[in-house]
Amino acid sequence: MVILTAILSRLAKAILTLLAIAVLNFFLIHAAPGDPAAVLAGEAGAADPQFIAQLRERFGLDQPFHVQLWTYVSNVLTLDLGYSFRQDAPVSQLIADRLPATLLLTATAFVISLTLGTAFGVLAASQRGRPADSLITTFALLFYATPLYWAALMAILVFSVQLGWLPGFGFETVGGGYGGLERVLDVARHLVLPALTLGLFFMAVYMRLTRSSMLEVAQMDFVKTARAKGLRGSVIQRRHILRNALLPVVTLAGLQAGQLVGGAVLTETVFAWPGIGRLMFESLEARDYNTILGVFIVSAAMVILFNIATDLIYRLIDPRIGAKA
Amino acid sequence: MKLKITTALATALLAQGAFAQEQGGRLDVVVQPEPPSLMLGLVQNGPTQMIAGEIYEGLLRYDTDLNPMPGLAESWEISEDGMSYTFTLHEGVLWHDGEPFTSADVKFSADVFLRETHPRLRASLEYVESIETPDDRTVIFNLSEPFGPFISVFEVGTMPMIPAHIYEGTDFANNDANNTPIGTGAFKFESWERGSFIHLVANEDYYIDDLPHLDEIYYRVIPDAASRAVAFETGEVDVLPGGSVENWDVARLSEGDNACVTSEGWEFFAPHAWMWLNNREGPTSDVRFRQAVMYAMDRQFMVDVVWNGFGKVATGPVSSSTNFYTDDVTQYEYDPDRARELLEEMGYDGAPVRLLPLPYGETWQRWAEAVRQNLQEVGINTEIEATDVAGWNEATAQWDYDIAFTYLYQYGDPALGVSRTYTMDQIERGSPWNNVEGYENPELDEKWAAAAGTADTEERQRLYTEIQQELVDDVPVAWLQELDFPTIYNCNVQNLVTTGIGLNDGLRDAWIEE
Repeated sequence: MVILTAILSRLAKAILTLLAIAVLNFFLIHAAPGDPAAVLAGEAGAADPQFIAQLRERFGLDQPFHVQLWTYVSNVLTLDLGYSFRQDAPVSQLIADRLPATLLLTATAFVISLTLGTAFGVLAASQRGRPADSLITTFALLFYATPLYWAALMAILVFSVQLGWLPGFGFETVGGGYGGLERVLDVARHLVLPALTLGLFFMAVYMRLTRSSMLEVAQMDFVKTARAKGLRGSVIQRRHILRNALLPVVTLAGLQAGQLVGGAVLTETVFAWPGIGRLMFESLEARDYNTILGVFIVSAAMVILFNIATDLIYRLIDPRIGAKA
Repeated sequence: MKLKITTALATALLAQGAFAQEQGGRLDVVVQPEPPSLMLGLVQNGPTQMIAGEIYEGLLRYDTDLNPMPGLAESWEISEDGMSYTFTLHEGVLWHDGEPFTSADVKFSADVFLRETHPRLRASLEYVESIETPDDRTVIFNLSEPFGPFISVFEVGTMPMIPAHIYEGTDFANNDANNTPIGTGAFKFESWERGSFIHLVANEDYYIDDLPHLDEIYYRVIPDAASRAVAFETGEVDVLPGGSVENWDVARLSEGDNACVTSEGWEFFAPHAWMWLNNREGPTSDVRFRQAVMYAMDRQFMVDVVWNGFGKVATGPVSSSTNFYTDDVTQYEYDPDRARELLEEMGYDGAPVRLLPLPYGETWQRWAEAVRQNLQEVGINTEIEATDVAGWNEATAQWDYDIAFTYLYQYGDPALGVSRTYTMDQIERGSPWNNVEGYENPELDEKWAAAAGTADTEERQRLYTEIQQELVDDVPVAWLQELDFPTIYNCNVQNLVTTGIGLNDGLRDAWIEE
C-alpha cells in the first residue's frame, strides 16, 4: 500500500515534470537560430520570399509565438506529438519506427555491460592484488578512457574490414529478404559490434564501481561477524558483501537505463543504426521542431520511468529504504 | 549437324555478350544526408534530386558539354525569333501507375504545379506567356520576350514532369501521394526504410527498349563520413557520389583495387564556391579591402592541400564549365604585399572581421582555417564563428556576417545561376541564395538584363564578358574555386555518368559487368 501511494505520487509529479520539460524545450528549440522553413529553403539552393512564406504558413510558423506554444502544449496533453512537415509523417509514427532499433541496441548494451561489469568487478575484488585483478582493472581503465567514436571505427576496421567476421553497418542485410529465424540471426550479427562498443564504457564503470564497493563493504563489521560465525567464504561474498555492494551499481544502472532512448547518437551514427538518436540529431540540424520535441518528451518519459523503477528496486535490495519512506 | 548449329549459336551468343550491355543486377549507392522527401516538385535539395531524378523525368537531358538531348521530348524546335519552343513528346510513355503521359501533364507541371512550388523555375517562367497543347504529343511554350537560357530549363531538377491525374485540384504539399512518388522514369519507387535505405526497382514498362539495365537500386543512408568510406572498401556500396566522403579519403579509396573515379557529371551544376563579403558595412564595404582579401589568399594552396588537388581556382563569377565563361579578366595571384598595400591605402584599423565557415564537414572547416591564416598574415584580424547549417542560413539570409563561405550551382547559364548573386532586384532579406552581399551596380544590372533577354549567342557572350571583367575588379564577393566532387565507384559499373548532372538522372543507362 505504501509502495502504491509512493508510485502514484511519483507519477503525478512525473506528469508535471514532463509538461515543464515540454515547455522548456519548446523555448530552447525556438531560441536556436533558423527555423525549418529556412533550412528547407536553404537546402533547395534557391528560394524567393514567396517560397519561404508558403513553407512558414504550412508549418504554422506564421502564427504568433504564444499561439504556437499553446497549440503544442494542448497537443501534448492529448498525447498528440504533432506532425513532421519535413518528413511528411506524424511524429509518433517516426518515433515508433525508430524506437525498436534503439531499444534493441541500448538494452543489449545495457545487459552486456551490467552483467559482465558486475561479474568482473566481483572477480577483481575477490582476487584483489593478484594478476587477475590487475588485468581486469587495466582493461577497465582502457575501456573507460577510449572515446566511443574511435572504438567504434576501430571495431569496424578490425572485425568488418580486416577479418570480415561481422557486418559493420546497418540493422540488417539490405535487400536480403530473410524471414523468421534467419532474420533474427541476421539482425543479431549486425547488433554485435554496435552493442559491444556502446556497452564497453559502462561495463568499465560497473566493474570499477562493483570492485570498490565490494572492497569497502568487506571491511565492515558485519562481515567480520559473519566470518567469525564461521560462514563459508562464497556465502559471505554473495549474501553479505555483494548484496550490500550493489546499491551504488543499481543507482548507476538506473541512470544508464534512463539513457536507453537518447544516449546512443554516436554509436547509431557510426554504425548507421536506424535508431532514434539519429532521428533526434538530424531533426535538430533541420530544425524539425515537432520531431525533436517529440523525441525529447519520449526520452524524458523514459528517464522518469526508470527513476521510479530504480527506487522500487532499491526497496527490494534494501528493505530498510521502504520502511523509512 | 546438330552440333554445328549449337556451336554457331553459342558463338553468336558469346559475340553478342561481349558487346551488349548486361541486364540485371543491383546497385548500392550512398545517399547523404537522408532526403526529407522524394517529391521532386516540392523539394529540390541535393539528395532528393539524386534519387527522385531516377523516378521523375524532364523534357530534356543535357550531355556533359551541356548540349540538350532527348528526354521525355524526342525532338524540339526553337522558332527563328527565339519566341516559341515546340516539343514533340515520346510515344507510349506511361506513368508508373499505368496512366498515359500526355502534353496535358506538361502544361499542368509547368503552368500550375511548379509555378506554385518551384522558386528557381518560377523566375524563368516569368518569360513564358502561354503554353499550348495542340495534341497529346505536342507542347509549345510561347515566350513574352526572348530569353537566352530558356533551352536549359528542361532538366529534371528544374522542370520535373508531375502527374496531373494525381495532383490536379489537390493541395499539393499535403497530397498523400507525396510519400509514394509516381513519375515516368526508368526506376519506380518501391520502399523507404527511414534511417536505412530507399529502394527503387526497374520500370518494366519504360518507353525505351532494354532500359534500364539494372534490376534495382538501393540508396543507403550511412550518416558518418568515415563509415561511408569503409562501406565502399568492404563492398557494401558500389557508388560514393561526389561529396560523400572527405577529400583525403577520395585519394586513399581511389587507389583501391577496382575503384574508379570520375569528376564528370557536375557540369550542369558547376558548383562554384566563394565567400560573401558584406558590401553594406564594416571594412568589407571598401573595395580595396575586398581586393586585399583576394590578393591575400593562396587559393592554389587551398585547392592542392585542403581539397587534395580536387577543383580549380575560380577566375571570377562564372564557372569555366558554364556557358559564356571568359578568363579575360583581372587575375588575383597570391600577393600578400599587394594586399598589405591596399589595406594601408584604405587605412584599415585592424577592426575584427567575423568569418563564417560552411558547416559541411572537416574539409570546409579546414578551408576556413586556411583562409583565416592567410588573412591574419596580411594583418586582417579574423575570428572564425562556427555554427550549424540552420545557423549559417540564418546569418547569411539576415546579412549578419562580415565574411561567409558559400557555394552555388550555376545551372549551365549565367542568367540562371549567376546573375541572381549580383543584380539589385535580387536584394531581399530572408534568402541565403540571392544578392546576399548587397552589391549595387545599376549599369551592370542593365547588361545582365540585356544578356538574358536575347537569343543572339554572340551578343550574349559580348555582354557577359564585359560583366565578368567589371565584377572581377569590383570583387563583390571573394571567389574561391570551382568545386570538384569526384564520384568513386566500383569499376564493374559501366556507363555510370553519361550526362551533365551525372548520378542525378543517369542510372537508367548504367549496367554492371559481371
